[in-house]
Amino acid sequence: MAKDINSTVEQHEQLIEEVLAAYPEKARKKRAKHLGVAQPVAEEPGILSKCDTVKSNIKSVPGVMTIRGCSYAGSKGVVWGPVKDMLHISHGPVGCGHYSWSQRRNYYTGTTGVDSFVTMQVTTDFQENDIVFGGDKKLEKAIDELNTLFPLNNGISIQSECPIGLIGDDIEAVSRKKKKDIGKTIVPVRCEGFRGVSQSLGHHIANDTLRDWVIDPAMQAETRREAGPYDVNVIGDYNIGGDAWSSRILLEEIGLNVIGNWSGDATLAEIEAAPTAKLNLIHCYRSMSYICRHMEEKYGVQWMEYNFFGPSQIALSLRAIAAKFDETIQARAEAVIAKYQPLVDAVNAKYRPRLEGKTVMLYVGGLRPRHVVDAYHDLGMVIAGTGYEFAHADDYKRTGHYIKEGTLIYDDVSGYELEKFIERIRPDLVGSGIKEKYPVQKMGIPFRQMHSWDYSGPYHGYDGYAIFARDMDLAINNPVWGLFDAPWKKSA
Amino acid sequence: MSKLRQIAFYGKGGIGKSTTSQNTLAALVELGQKILIVGCDPKADSTRLILNTKMQDTVLHLAAEKGSVEDLELEDVLKIGFGDIKCTEAGGPEPGVGCAGRGVITAINFLEENGAYDDVDYVSYDVLGDVVCGGFAMPIRENKAQEIYIVMSGEMMALYAANNIAKGILKYANSGGVRLGGLICNERQTDKELELAEAMAAKLGCKMIHFVPRDNIVQHAELRRQTVIQYAPDSQQAQEYRELARKIHNNSGKGVIPTPITMDELEEMLMEFGIMQSEEDRLAAIAASQA
Repeated sequence: MAKDINSTVEQHEQLIEEVLAAYPEKARKKRAKHLGVAQPVAEEPGILSKCDTVKSNIKSVPGVMTIRGCSYAGSKGVVWGPVKDMLHISHGPVGCGHYSWSQRRNYYTGTTGVDSFVTMQVTTDFQENDIVFGGDKKLEKAIDELNTLFPLNNGISIQSECPIGLIGDDIEAVSRKKKKDIGKTIVPVRCEGFRGVSQSLGHHIANDTLRDWVIDPAMQAETRREAGPYDVNVIGDYNIGGDAWSSRILLEEIGLNVIGNWSGDATLAEIEAAPTAKLNLIHCYRSMSYICRHMEEKYGVQWMEYNFFGPSQIALSLRAIAAKFDETIQARAEAVIAKYQPLVDAVNAKYRPRLEGKTVMLYVGGLRPRHVVDAYHDLGMVIAGTGYEFAHADDYKRTGHYIKEGTLIYDDVSGYELEKFIERIRPDLVGSGIKEKYPVQKMGIPFRQMHSWDYSGPYHGYDGYAIFARDMDLAINNPVWGLFDAPWKKSA
Repeated sequence: MSKLRQIAFYGKGGIGKSTTSQNTLAALVELGQKILIVGCDPKADSTRLILNTKMQDTVLHLAAEKGSVEDLELEDVLKIGFGDIKCTEAGGPEPGVGCAGRGVITAINFLEENGAYDDVDYVSYDVLGDVVCGGFAMPIRENKAQEIYIVMSGEMMALYAANNIAKGILKYANSGGVRLGGLICNERQTDKELELAEAMAAKLGCKMIHFVPRDNIVQHAELRRQTVIQYAPDSQQAQEYRELARKIHNNSGKGVIPTPITMDELEEMLMEFGIMQSEEDRLAAIAASQA
């Protein structure tokens, strides 16, 4: 970490100029607002970047390769898809459903095809006739067939693909009718891909349907579960590679009762019962803060953000969570932190010497561009650059205190920009998605997928930290990188 | 066989597009022309007067019944009517559901691919109301209709619609080569109708092809599901349609790229003809009546 900070700031600013120079003027002006170097801002404490103040969450520049997804991806792929005891219909032509089939590694317990359906893909497979005459009848039929085939489903969500919005099908009317017919929750989601600038609007739309079609109706029911004093929900943990499970054990060890985990490994009943909790714990703020605000306003459930990546943040978070409860919980939190300290020490003893001072560039989605930063710091690594696909201004405001001065910040980075940045900075590791993985590796730079944990995980919690440290070491210190240059080109 | 000519009739809803086009096409038969009518209106009433009955089997309804458009045979959807005119209707969803525009595209592609356009001299498209979306612009796109005939009258909204359709034609005139054939004024007996129609044509830079006088005989024929040509071939109105048919026949290749006007210009024109009062005149009239 002994970097000449001032020169890093200057170097990175110069690099941004260089990268922007390739654009025509209009695009250059637009993109300049999304690229910056973290520097202290006089009037605000902590280190911020100009990304905090410019408008993020706006339309990508036409012609560049953006890495963003669509609203349908945000609703079906992120928020609704992991709810395991419901069937999620990709309503429209077959492509959206097929190509989004099991893209996220949302782990769950249960018997697939019997009482759980996460890795299954259902589509109404629109044909020309359905476009011309409307697809409502086909949707009704699909719901009936699903309910016959999978009688243990607890509900069905309808994830709209683009044509649904174009032809104006009344999926809400179908939902109400079928709810009466089969007596199960049916949720129509208007997450047509053309809406909004990224998957972020899909998260919001999905949250709104959770509110209107699940939570509020459930809270009007006469019988409700009895609330306990230590009931909490974990919100915005999608259980990628088992993340939610390695988080849950910590919360349970400090004496809390996790009544729901959204939406990784979630059931409909967990979602319905959510407002009876004392506290909502948000991991992914970007994708599920909306529903937490609703539960706060309408049902008085407090919420707080936490971070279970890396021991420093885990300890901070456990203490902050415990502070919301009584002394018993607080004492247990300290005991839990102490209990895992030997594990942390062992991990650090093994991996820190191998990773110390290595630089990392990240480009990910909702929370990870900031949340994983301290996990890398715990291993002695340095974040050279980080950026979000679809963040809003409030995400950048939450990023400042994680990163150090001189960190390169890029919002909705284009394929070209990211490649140039990586090429010039040549970090020891890049963490991003599958589309970035192979180009980066071909540049001779180690890579880890930080959306899917590269088929590994979990990375949350103390157990996850051990796996995280091992995976980073595997990538960076893999002997293959020593064989990158052709033998005949090696200097003697 | 002469080169295939493709024309289309557009105009405000209820203006008499279907009636005018079917009467004109029936008269074209007398000029020895082989004709195919493609109805592009979900109501499927573009061929009723030629078939003497409402077409039952539209392309899209049959396609929906059989599974998809690939399962259709051309014979299923092509009916022969008066004067051996071939008739087909795109059909479409009931009002308020689905996408009729996409239906028009599907139907036209099907007809083209399956040889409906072979062995005819004329293809005529009858398109609903206004050019509301890309689907209903299909006949003016992609080298389909070469000439568009706008059916209009002296009514303000008919003129407004005509101008909008001209805008649609202008949009595709350079990419696809579509032209405005001219205006057909279907008399409504409004003030100075002929003059207004001619003035509108001048503004759009096109011809006023024909002024079709109002005659109740059209109603009588229509109630019997017939064209005037069939119902009363010797009537004066039948002569009018023959004249219109002759003019359209001779208008081949004489279409123009229209010069649509702004709403303000349209209102100015109506004031010029004394049909609409200017604001000053209106205030003066109010003052006079109160005095």
